[in-house]
Amino acid sequence: MNWLADFFGDAAHWSGPDGIPVRLLEHLEFSAAAFLVAALIAVPLGLLIGHTGRGALLVVVAANAARALPTLGLLVLVVLLAGVGTVLPVLIPLIVLAVPPILVNTYEGVRGVDADLRDAAYGMGLRGRQVLFQTLTPVALPLILLGLRLAAIQVVSTATVAAFVGLGGLGRFIIDGLATKTYADVIGGAVLVAALALAVQFAFVLLDRVVVSPGVRQVR
Amino acid sequence: MTEEPLVRWDWIARNWANGGPTAISALLENHVVMAFLPVLFGLVVALPLGLACVRWRWLYQPTVALMNVTYSLPSLVLFSIFLSITGLTRSTVVIPLTFFALAVLIPAVVDGLASVPDPVRQSAVAMGFRPVRRLLRVELPVAVPVVLAGLRVATVSSISLVSVGALIGQGGLGNLFIDGWQRQFYTPIVVGIVLIVVLAVLADGLLVLAQRLLTPWSRARRTA
Repeated sequence: MNWLADFFGDAAHWSGPDGIPVRLLEHLEFSAAAFLVAALIAVPLGLLIGHTGRGALLVVVAANAARALPTLGLLVLVVLLAGVGTVLPVLIPLIVLAVPPILVNTYEGVRGVDADLRDAAYGMGLRGRQVLFQTLTPVALPLILLGLRLAAIQVVSTATVAAFVGLGGLGRFIIDGLATKTYADVIGGAVLVAALALAVQFAFVLLDRVVVSPGVRQVR
Repeated sequence: MTEEPLVRWDWIARNWANGGPTAISALLENHVVMAFLPVLFGLVVALPLGLACVRWRWLYQPTVALMNVTYSLPSLVLFSIFLSITGLTRSTVVIPLTFFALAVLIPAVVDGLASVPDPVRQSAVAMGFRPVRRLLRVELPVAVPVVLAGLRVATVSSISLVSVGALIGQGGLGNLFIDGWQRQFYTPIVVGIVLIVVLAVLADGLLVLAQRLLTPWSRARRTA
């Protein structure tokens, strides 16, 4: 607990380019960028594969690969290959690791929609695209949101590790603290990242309340 | 830098088993132990906890909520926090990874037991099975596929997460990433990634095999 007081009580940690506010903003910035790109790739792809049933193998492979690939190794390799010092290469592994959870859950969500419901939608005269967007997507929304939440948490977590290859953000406190054996910084940084991860988790719970149709929630 | 090949086989040959603690084979061994222990501990704890959650339903929601919170914490965060308690030891990696394994395994055990069809349970009661024997001889075997699905996820994640421990000096094959980064040398990084993925695929395959052996009836049904 002394460490926490040391870290948060130190005025130097609250201002300047390596202060907590700046680091937090950096972390949010990188995470949001990677998350948005991943979502823009994975949600449409997941909807398409789920709806058409084509390319299901891709989903399975992506799911397994993402779980087995070591984050740190991927980060180090990509950044070394692309050249140290720029931000863009660091974002690549962040995006790559965020795509599979969204892809898998979106796919599963659309696949898992009751066949009767799908048939009813077609029976009412909806076309393929209308069925996808007006029937399948709203019903699959809880799972799509779960995928987005897992991806967001993954991104926040990977962005922390990415401090090792020079990315800014809250991970800096942990990585630099470890390098200089300043454990107050390590613990302080860890607590900040934990708070951020929990805030993200909470934000998605709220989002779920707001955007999921009450009818769908009841069935669940 | 430009002529540096992605893999230098002679480096691998020289460092595979050089006798020291940084030999690739030594790191591999370390990695396997640190990845396997959390899953084992997780299973040992998840079975009774999962049973308790099935027996007393009110336990389930809070347990799952707690596990969700744990699971959302980045591994590096938990490693850092445990660093202040257990120091630079293997426990600093193994204990947090056990929590991650639990977060996957408890729901798997609960869902697995819930997947036992009621008629099966009732038949067992009618045949005179007492609760404990019914659990061991009927319910747990029927739950095996769901539990093993969770075990596969937990094992593969554990194998890949151990490498993050390299940042606190206990990462098995993850140490190769640090080494490669510090020397701007691709070979150790590639070797680390490949070995971790191969390890994950092997472990996953073994668990699939275990499921086939443990649930011979599912195969019989398919061929019938």
